[in-house]
Parts: sequence; C-alpha cells; structure tokens
Amino acid sequence: MKLRDLAHARAGDKGDISNISVIAHDIADFDWIRQHVTEAAVAAHFAALLTGLVTRYELPQLGALNFVMQGALGGGVTRSLALDAHGKSLSSSLLEMELPPPPQRDGSG
Amino acid sequence: MRSIRIGAGSGFSGDRIEPAVELAERGGLDYLVFECLAERTIALAQQARLKDPEAGYDPWLEDRISAVLPACLARGIRIVTNMGAANPAAAARRIAAIARQQGGRMPRIAHVEGDDVLDAVRGTDLPLLERPGTAAQIGNAMISANAYLGVEAIVAALSAGAEIVVTGRVADPALFLAPMVHEFGWSMQDWHRLGQGTVLGHLLECTGQLTGGYFADPGVKDVADLARLGFPFADVTEDGSAVLGKVEGSGGEISPRTCTEQLLYEVHDPAAYFQPDVVADFSGVRFRVVGPDRVAVEGGTGRARPETLKVTIGYRDGFIGEGQISYCGTGAVARARLATEIVQERLRLIGVPVSELRCDIIGLDSLLRGPLPQGRDEPLDVRARIAGRVETLAEARRIGREVEAIWLNGPAGGGGATWQAREVIAAASVLLPRTQVTTRFAFVES
Repeated sequence: MKLRDLAHARAGDKGDISNISVIAHDIADFDWIRQHVTEAAVAAHFAALLTGLVTRYELPQLGALNFVMQGALGGGVTRSLALDAHGKSLSSSLLEMELPPPPQRDGSG
Repeated sequence: MRSIRIGAGSGFSGDRIEPAVELAERGGLDYLVFECLAERTIALAQQARLKDPEAGYDPWLEDRISAVLPACLARGIRIVTNMGAANPAAAARRIAAIARQQGGRMPRIAHVEGDDVLDAVRGTDLPLLERPGTAAQIGNAMISANAYLGVEAIVAALSAGAEIVVTGRVADPALFLAPMVHEFGWSMQDWHRLGQGTVLGHLLECTGQLTGGYFADPGVKDVADLARLGFPFADVTEDGSAVLGKVEGSGGEISPRTCTEQLLYEVHDPAAYFQPDVVADFSGVRFRVVGPDRVAVEGGTGRARPETLKVTIGYRDGFIGEGQISYCGTGAVARARLATEIVQERLRLIGVPVSELRCDIIGLDSLLRGPLPQGRDEPLDVRARIAGRVETLAEARRIGREVEAIWLNGPAGGGGATWQAREVIAAASVLLPRTQVTTRFAFVES
C-alpha cells in the first residue's frame, strides 16, 4: 500500500531546507508509520534530490512525524530552476512511498 | 478570564481580500493582522524604493486597507501588519491618505522602524547560514538586509494608542503575539506564555492554510466551499489558552487535522522554533474539538530567547531564462524530450554560457520525486520545460527565444510556446547580535 492510504502530509520550505509533515489519518496507525517511514526510508525515496541529511521529529500525541531535509530545494526557492521552487509538491511525492499494510487491528474489520 | 479575538487577514501579499472583510464585518474581532512579506519581498521593495522614495511598501496595501478600514474603524478593530515592507513610514502615510479619502475618522497610525540593518551587515565577516561564505563576499550584489524583529516596538505603539501599526520585517508570529503581550501585560521573560502565543501566531499567520486551504484532496480530505474559504481567528485568554475558529457560514474546515498540518508547516525541530522573543516549543501541543469549526490549542511553551536576530539578505544572483512548449498524442514524451535536447545543443552552438540547466517534461517528471511507479502508461499530453541560469538578461532572453524557435524548427506538433527571462533576487541569512538592532515606532503626522 501507499503511505497515502495511511497518512496525509504538508511540505514547507525555508531556504534550501524542505520539511514534510506526515500525519496518520487514524492515530492507531501511527506506530506502523513510525516503524516504516524512517529517516533512511525518506532519504532513499528522495535520493535523487537530496544533497544533505534527513532528520525526523516525532509528535506522537498528534500522530505526526516531521521530516527535515537539508539541501532539498536546488539552492532554495529564491534561486531554484525547478517548476515548483518551494517544493510544495514534495508532500504528494512522499505519500507515493510504498509500505506494507498494517496488521489487522481488533475491531477494525 | 478576559479574552481577545485576533483575526488573520492575509497570509501572503497576494492573498484574497474578501475573507478579511468578512472577518472585519462579522468576526467580532479586536485585532486584524495582515502578514504580507515573503523571504525576498523586501529586496524587491527596496529596489522600488531606490527609484521612488515614497514606494517600497506592499503593492496591495491600497486595495486591502481600503476594503477593511471602514469596518475596522466602525468597530474599533486595531490593525497590525508588515505591509510596510521596505518603507513602513511611506505605507503609514498612504494609509492616512486612504482614511482621509474615505472621509471617516482619522485613526492613529504608527510605523515601526529598525529592521533595516543593511549598514550593520554589509561588508562584515558575519557567516552565511545556508552555505559557505560571509556577508562581505556578497559585495555590491547586496540589495537589502533586514532583521526579524520581535514584538517590542509593536507593543510600545499599541500601548501609546496606535490603532494601526505598520512594520517592515518582523517575525510573522510576532505580529499576532504583540497584541497578546499588550492586552494581557505578559512579561517578556514569561517564556511559557510567549511560547504558547507564538504557537497561536504560527497557526494563524498563513490564514487559509489553517482553515482547509492547502489541504483538500478529493475523496481523501474533502473540504467544503473552498471558493468562500473563511480566514481564521483565535480567542486568546490571559493564560495563553485559546480556541481557533472562523466566521459562521464561511467555507473551509478547522479541525485537529488541519491544525496539525499547519502546526508543522515550515517548522524544523518542533521543540526549538527560534523567534526573536522566545524559543518556542511546539512538541507538546494538543488540539481538542470544542464545537463546530472550533478547536482548542493547548500545550505550547518556550524557553529563553536567543541573543541573536536572524537577518535576511537580499542580493542579485544572475538571471534565469525559461521556456515551455507542449506536445500531445502517442510519442508526445519522445517529442518533448527531443525538444529539450535540441535546445541544449542550440545553446552550445550559439555559445550561451549556462552555469546550470534543468529540463523537465511537465506531466511526466516535473514535480514527482522519488522512485517512478513501474508499468504506468505514458502520458499523452505533456509540456517540455527548459530553464537555465546565466549571468546577463540578454543571455536569459536567448534561452527563452531558443525554446520559442522550437515551434518552427523542432519536433512535430509543438504548441503553446511561452518564455520568460528574469533577474534572480536570492536570499541568504546571517545572525546579528541583538545589541546591534534598535527598534522604535513613530506616529504618522496627519
């Protein structure tokens, strides 16, 4: 399944750094997402793009992860040659990530 | 406990105006805040000011202020805005002129000065934050340098009776935090309340992004009535607790899921959100639904402010030439690729020195990053895009013209060619000791 089936996301930019939040639709899936959407997995997903490190922050009470990706925006919005210089669409790109379906939960049908 | 209602009237310079009017007329506001400055806006505004000493403020100030001023004056709603950009004093004079034209009561209008630190930064060894180098190495290309100010001068202006406060560069959340500090008399060492107030300012500052804008995804996240999206307000109480809402009957949604997306927008470490007045901590924030489109915000806090202020430097950084042309039908992707290859070879043949070139096939790979899905059908409607970085405007125009020439000299069936050439105003940052920044306010003479 795709990450998109379990979570929603929003991308923001500051200079050449992109951050993408990944938020579970159902907080019961948060641990599964946390287990599979790691710093390494995100770095691999965006390998062609990144020139820097990926750092993950966790906000379990909100079912949210925040990925901070250095060197992700081709030099930053003010000088990038990209069509989407802000990298706003990177959130949608990340939601295409494939991950195994979470195990059936009791009562989840 | 006493509370005030602060509304968000714009989240960027080009934002819609009608939702701000709706808030002013029907939102029961005490304050209306307009955030209008992007990273490099001041550099562009500074260039305008160099040509005309009365220019250099937000290009939409006239439209925006004219639209909301009658309701704000009639209801005693105070306005705080960074629409002053590179020239807050001229912006304040312009607002006074608008009030005069409208023939109503003349509000007390203050402008905040002190963010322009060009003289303190130019030629110094201050290291750039984003890349190797110093401020001095930017040299004559530097157009502007503006420190992100905190609430101090805005609070002073409000305390002196200002009904409209116009600033240049101020940390965006501070535009919202200032009315809280003024109304509740929060200590500037009360890191907990300043942190929670910063959470609220951060949530509000992008207007519609809190109320269901930048959010909808049909079938997954449906949002009602986006064409009439309501902008948000916060009912803030003396202890910093708050409830977010929007005008009844307006479009959009305020819910924990919209709030969570916006809480993390443009945030790095949620436990250390650096602001001029506080290092805010978003890591323990919780959202609780307390009514239809009403969400309580709890758990924000903070710690002692940094001893430096972030400064954004705007500088000239060469030119970009860019062109696009479309293809459709079977083989469209191959023809679009051929077009980009021809342009690249042409640029070599005619000797345009391009330091960086980017070719995209819009509809195939212009946005999507990451592993491409296997076995998908090739799109039948695509657009070739070529963008290159060069030193001069003339060279940038030659890139655009080479794309346009593909029309008659390139692959079959190319249509809708467009091109542009523009100067790049780039942004860089340094940290300046706060002792080198002095802020003050003044009332406009009327």
